[in-house]
Amino acid sequence: MKEHKTPLLDELEKGPWPSFVKEMKRAAEKNESAKDLLGQLELSYQDKKGHWKHGGIVGVRGYGGGVIGRYSDCPEQFPNVAEFHTIRVNQPSGWYYNTKALRKICDIWEKRGSGLTNFHGSTGDIILLGTKTDELQPTFDELSDAGFDLGGSGSDLRTPSTCAGPARCEYACFDNLDLCHDLTMTYQDEIHRPMWPYKFKIKISGCPNDCVASIARADLSIIGTWRDSLRIDQEEVKKYAASGMDIKGEVCEPCPTKALEFDEDAGELRLKAEDCVRCMHCINRMPKALRPGVERGATILIGGKATILQSAFLSWVIVPFMKMEPPYQELKDLLERIWEWWDENGKTRERIGELIYRKGMGNFLRAVGLPAVPQMVYQPRANPYIFWQPDEVKKK
Amino acid sequence: MSRTDIGPPDFREMLPPVIKENYGKWKYHEIVKPGVLKHVSESGAELYSVRVGSPRLVSIDFIREICDLADEFCDGYLRFTSRHNVEFLVSKKENVEPLLDALKEKGLPVGGTGNSLSNMIHTQGWIHCHTPATDASGIVKAVMDDLYEHFVNMDLPAKLRISLACCLNMCGAVHCSDIAILGIHRTPPRIDHERLPKVCEIPTVIASCPTAAIKPDPKRKSVKVNEERCMYCGNCYTMCPAMEIIDAENDGIAILVGGKVSNARTAPAFSRLAIPYLPNNPPRWPEVTEAVRNIVEVWAANAKKGERVGEWIQRIGWENFFKLTGIPFTDKHIDDFIFSVPTFRTTTNFKW
Repeated sequence: MKEHKTPLLDELEKGPWPSFVKEMKRAAEKNESAKDLLGQLELSYQDKKGHWKHGGIVGVRGYGGGVIGRYSDCPEQFPNVAEFHTIRVNQPSGWYYNTKALRKICDIWEKRGSGLTNFHGSTGDIILLGTKTDELQPTFDELSDAGFDLGGSGSDLRTPSTCAGPARCEYACFDNLDLCHDLTMTYQDEIHRPMWPYKFKIKISGCPNDCVASIARADLSIIGTWRDSLRIDQEEVKKYAASGMDIKGEVCEPCPTKALEFDEDAGELRLKAEDCVRCMHCINRMPKALRPGVERGATILIGGKATILQSAFLSWVIVPFMKMEPPYQELKDLLERIWEWWDENGKTRERIGELIYRKGMGNFLRAVGLPAVPQMVYQPRANPYIFWQPDEVKKK
Repeated sequence: MSRTDIGPPDFREMLPPVIKENYGKWKYHEIVKPGVLKHVSESGAELYSVRVGSPRLVSIDFIREICDLADEFCDGYLRFTSRHNVEFLVSKKENVEPLLDALKEKGLPVGGTGNSLSNMIHTQGWIHCHTPATDASGIVKAVMDDLYEHFVNMDLPAKLRISLACCLNMCGAVHCSDIAILGIHRTPPRIDHERLPKVCEIPTVIASCPTAAIKPDPKRKSVKVNEERCMYCGNCYTMCPAMEIIDAENDGIAILVGGKVSNARTAPAFSRLAIPYLPNNPPRWPEVTEAVRNIVEVWAANAKKGERVGEWIQRIGWENFFKLTGIPFTDKHIDDFIFSVPTFRTTTNFKW
């Protein structure tokens, strides 16, 4: 086995941030594929281009997704990455682990793959980076015995992911960890067998801080919120003031709707609850004194995606407030109506946001049976080009 | 025969006892010092989380090493954040300092909390992707080395989220980051007419183009590209390997700024173009690290306490953003794609 010289990559072992090149070299000490991966990456650094071939479908029995096929475009030079497929492994909600579970994955991957991983990939899965075609089924079988399953890839429901949630965060407005697990278990078929126009992502955040960026990258964004007034502990407000915090400047002034006023004489924070838009700023600043209200649920938004194809969209509000309690039937019914409409009307590789943009939000809302409410828009339309429905006008 | 569709392990099996006992009962948290969070429950119970930077692309040895630390100091429990940091979940206060010492010994950085730079989310790049315009892990390493002090200290005006995507497919949410580093192609696809009819569906290739630049070429049973309309998105290449778009000479990097996903104070926002092109210069991409540092430093010197990059730019105006950073404004900054009109100024109110 040839040792590859890697002068360019060696530069990336320097510096204070942990080095992925060191990680690759650790894996290369024990694994021939990892060794050739280093060599091929060094070649990419010389050539300023990737050296992976386009495409290649591989998988495991019974599944259509979960494995990304990858082949080197220079297999003569790097025979041990001629096949170098990735396996997506569905992570537990909120990325919580015990070491026993993680060690099982390490043992399987030591035997079956390159020994290199991503913790985690962008969609949230554990990424097992690089193995041969013959190893795919045995890897899956062993993962399954260890209690792990594959995530989504291709035109299917991608692995849902969610933030730290009520396990570790006082901001969580519902049990987002449970919801993520419940949706993942309910829609196993949709995750593992691609049958849609394109991918569909569900990301769930427990509060409007949106730590999993659901509004930017999820076709369906579920963001925790509350409907009543936020709660203020005036004793704790006094303590923040006594500690020297500039409550007026740091908390009240940045409030987007100027719903908060600080009475310096009384040491009290006053809230105009009807003006509050529940943005989290004041709570983030004074977590001991302020908390979300008690009537909690989530805002449901749709259509978020990155640029390709029809520009990037942030998700749009379609349900301003929904209670989030098991078995989450209202949400599941809505999801299934959305998927049905998208499946019937979507073109190949058309995300739900693009379909809504092409067909019009009005058509979408009517099709899935959601009432139009002012919370859905920043402002009403400026043009008078209105699509009237047949039952709204008299026929000649 | 293995079982299919078993789903992920139940997260409830992965939680330490202190979390199980205080699930949903956390009252508040404090940042004890950079990288160390303390959550306090209504019951008075305490949980410490120690946040550690990871290179994301890690060997199983790394995972085993952090497992050893978690076994020694956290009764075997840990988690990962949405930005690829490791979080050690420490139930015993007396274990926090020894864990910090052990992490220091291993050279693992503790930080990423509060007003700091968190770990960069990024894509695969040359390591594993078939359409990249640049690498991912290498640039991330170079930028994180350069801005290391802002990860381990909370010395910035607000949170700073830097992200990288190696092409316009943008796996991850880079398009809504304080600073987005984006791999771009700059030349039209090169068509392999021999191969195209054999490996691609022509109607699908035509439909893949957002600017309708691709037309059928019936004579050759292939397609032709109106190069003036091509915006080099690479979507046709994703659909059809015979439309090669990777171009080592011309591919490079664009920098976008001012995006966010949080709803705090201001609405979530897209990042907007600051620098249209920087060259790919491995292994350390000096032009990119310098450009990012410049933006971070100008923001840190000029923003009010608590102002994210985008909020700062909204206050001072884009005119002043370009003036203060010294970044030249060009015709490339003016949108000519489908949602361009709302970005044109329709008032006489502007700054010099």
